[in-house]
Amino acid sequence: MDKKEALINYCLRLGDTSLILGQRMAEWCSNGPILEEDIAMTNLALDLIGQARTMLTYAGELEGNGRSEDDLAYGREEREYYNTLLSERPNGHFGETISRNFLHDAYLYHLYAALKNSKDEMIAAHAAKSLKEVTYHLRHSSEWMVRLGDGTEESHNKVQQAINDLWEYTGDLFEMNEVDNLLINEGIAVDMNTVKQAWDNTVNEVLTRAAIQRPEDAYMHSGRLNAVHSEYLGHIIAEMQFLHRAYPDATW
Amino acid sequence: MSNTDHQGDVWEVFIQSKPGLPHKHAGSVHATDKEMALQNARDMYTRRQEGTCIWVVPLQAIVSSMPEDSESFFEPSDDKIYRHPTHYIMPEGAKNI
Repeated sequence: MDKKEALINYCLRLGDTSLILGQRMAEWCSNGPILEEDIAMTNLALDLIGQARTMLTYAGELEGNGRSEDDLAYGREEREYYNTLLSERPNGHFGETISRNFLHDAYLYHLYAALKNSKDEMIAAHAAKSLKEVTYHLRHSSEWMVRLGDGTEESHNKVQQAINDLWEYTGDLFEMNEVDNLLINEGIAVDMNTVKQAWDNTVNEVLTRAAIQRPEDAYMHSGRLNAVHSEYLGHIIAEMQFLHRAYPDATW
Repeated sequence: MSNTDHQGDVWEVFIQSKPGLPHKHAGSVHATDKEMALQNARDMYTRRQEGTCIWVVPLQAIVSSMPEDSESFFEPSDDKIYRHPTHYIMPEGAKNI
């Protein structure tokens, strides 16, 4: 593997993660618990899909085979996606979505905060711009975590259960392979151990405020780095890619 | 407004479009507390670069005049045209008054 291949893979990881979480949030459109939250969640979806566009466009340019952002988003198969396992978890009820997003927002927040200093100018600029968006996403999900976790007995139990169930997908967020090692040496990527420490602090702080118990680390799923996914990604992709595959030249 | 529909209380939203300009009423949101009201107002009313500052005010905190007040409140000013600057004729030679 050379630097270019590693960089393309790194961009796909960032782009695919935003794309799939964005697609998940888009599923909330018209289904939010109240109008305000419906719009808030659709806003999050649009932010995330915007982030995906930047990284997938860049990955296509680096690759040099003329693949556009759309070709990459709508033309790849399940085993070619490098999104986090956490991003593809189902929305479930509102508390499950908030719990998943909170764990994920804290991850992207600290990842982008570190990538702002990447030696790759595109990634650094992308991280700086996305950080502003994710700062708000984290605020949104954190405030809901506190209100649901420290709310009624029912809301507390639901969110505690959601965090317990999601926990085994958090290990995947921080795994590294030769792509990371190569790009860390180039000053492009960041050490996920550093991101993990910052993530731990944020998660602990908010869970404490939310009166939610942090689960013990036990079995952790793994897959992101090898494009191995849960059963959910195929369904997400089928829905996401249907229009593009049925009408390949469709435009607005 | 009482919390009867489980959407939270009503908060009125005021947006300042540029620093220094007055905050203008933009609409209202539902929320259960002030932080959520601020976030909801941000999501509902500032998505297209409308603002640089947001105020949210609980509806109960606003005191409004009533339609039946309008005779006594507003009509007396109808015939006081001397309260408008345009009532006055510019003296000859004066550039400003």
